Amino acid sequence: MERKFLVILALAASTGVASAAETTEPGNVEFVDGAVEASLTGVPGDAANGRKIVGDKGLGNCVACHQNGDMTDIPWHGEIGPMLDGAGERWSEAELRGIVANAKMMFPDSMMPSFYKVDGFIRPGKAFTGKAADDSFGPLLEAQQVEDVVAYLTTLKDD
Amino acid sequence: MKRLTAAFTVCLMAGAPTWADPVEDTLVLNGETEIVTRTDAPPASADAFDEVISGWLFRGDETREMQMDDFDNPGMIFVEQAEDSWNTAEGDAGKSCADCHGASEEMAGVRPVYPKWNDEAGEVRSLEMQINDCRENRMEAEPWKYTGNEMVNMTALLASVSRGMPMNVASDGPAQETWEQGKELYYTRFGQLELACANCHEDNYGRMIRADHLSQGHINGFPVYRLKNTKLNAVHGRFKGCVRDTRAETFAPGSPEFVALELYVATRGNGLGVEGPSVRN
Ligand code: HEC
Ligand code: HEC
Ligand code: HEC
Repeated sequence: MERKFLVILALAASTGVASAAETTEPGNVEFVDGAVEASLTGVPGDAANGRKIVGDKGLGNCVACHQNGDMTDIPWHGEIGPMLDGAGERWSEAELRGIVANAKMMFPDSMMPSFYKVDGFIRPGKAFTGKAADDSFGPLLEAQQVEDVVAYLTTLKDD
Repeated sequence: MKRLTAAFTVCLMAGAPTWADPVEDTLVLNGETEIVTRTDAPPASADAFDEVISGWLFRGDETREMQMDDFDNPGMIFVEQAEDSWNTAEGDAGKSCADCHGASEEMAGVRPVYPKWNDEAGEVRSLEMQINDCRENRMEAEPWKYTGNEMVNMTALLASVSRGMPMNVASDGPAQETWEQGKELYYTRFGQLELACANCHEDNYGRMIRADHLSQGHINGFPVYRLKNTKLNAVHGRFKGCVRDTRAETFAPGSPEFVALELYVATRGNGLGVEGPSVRN
């Protein structure tokens, strides 16, 4: 187990991306008390890219709902969810992975969207076109993007 | 412990909004007509709110001011256009709206009660449906496109002559079944973002969602002149935009779903004064 993980890491480091076979599909993510212990890709997250995703309207757009003291460079932070400041202190990496992948596992009925989920939606659309979803439908964030966001959140230490 | 913190946060969030609240202001139209923009919640929304608050109170100073005077309200140009249309005969019957209904002011009191059950047709009708019924069956003219310019302008004229009158849409009697359907839609979490109208307009009004200040989502101000697209926007156009923003497949303007939703949303704001054409960003 330990060894397999290391092998994957080495492999990923050498190729720069996780091989598709090692990526956990949205339907197979294992939640325990809302947390997800195992990395979705085996590739360590890139916190700098995660920061970008959290602030980007077209990606995570997390600041639509969360204020984040680390992102004063980005205007207009929402007030729907708690401030992200200190999230890396309040939650473990596994918990953060669970919250980002599917926050409803940690907070039942949460308003927070499930970023790594592909089924169970009512009238899913094709992005923001208002049209029905088609073959291009996928999770809001790719597995590695989730890992990147988690890596970024773990850096948010001081409240 | 962490769970407790989270639960505590949730409790705090469920409380009344404490910041970015609506402004304290009074809407007086043309220096004479006071329009009710806050009032006790009617039965349809009393479980959700103590008080219903017009979207006008969630807008900035300049936007609010534009609506206070007809000379400053860009929506009034379209009302004038509709006044011409009101008086122009069209269709094979050779009649204008005015030929049957008299001056447009005679329609005061119509806007506040729509959508409304129509006994003969056995359905709940929006104002748009009623207008097109007159066009097709009484004027023998082509129906207007549901959210097209002519239609939205005409609804602006009909709203303008009722400004200040309280919204008073019926949810009971034969309309009740449709009303229940609308309520169901209001609380359904649509799309890939799994968001219901209630998530934004009931649980989080008063808060910012990115750059937008969330209101309670009432429709007493419709049609709405939006500074964003510099035209009048119909109720169903707004519904469509809000549903689209949940990454959902929307319903069509004029669809039975949106008519039911309109009926329900209207009753949530009963008591608020008619403002259309209002000004929003
Ligand atoms: C539409 C609103 C919305 C969006 C978008 C959103 N969240 Fe949340 N988030 C919430 C809410 C509401 C909560 C509070 C939990 C609950 O529902 O009880 C929350 C909770 C959290 C928490 C736990 C906060 C704490 O310290 O207790 C984290 C971490 C978090 N979100 C991260 C994110 C990230 C990262 C993204 C983007 C990838 C994101 N959120 C997008 C609404 C949102
Ligand atoms: C040939 C006659 C005729 C013409 C022309 C006509 N209507 Fe009507 N309209 C009626 C009748 C009859 C009713 C149903 C009885 C009533 O409520 O007045 C009605 C009802 C309405 C109602 C609902 C009133 C209510 O109290 O519920 C509206 C709104 C309306 N018409 C708008 C229009 C508009 C706008 C036009 C022009 C585009 C128009 N009508 C043209 C005859 C006409
Ligand atoms: C993701 C958040 C979100 C959801 C979900 C949402 N809306 Fe909105 N809605 C907004 C925002 C933002 C605005 C613009 C600011 C405002 O007036 O609240 C708005 C505006 C409105 C307005 C205009 C209010 C006015 O005074 O001009 C109405 C009406 C409305 N929404 C109805 C609905 C209905 C009905 C639904 C469900 C089908 C819905 N909304 C779902 C975010 C949302």
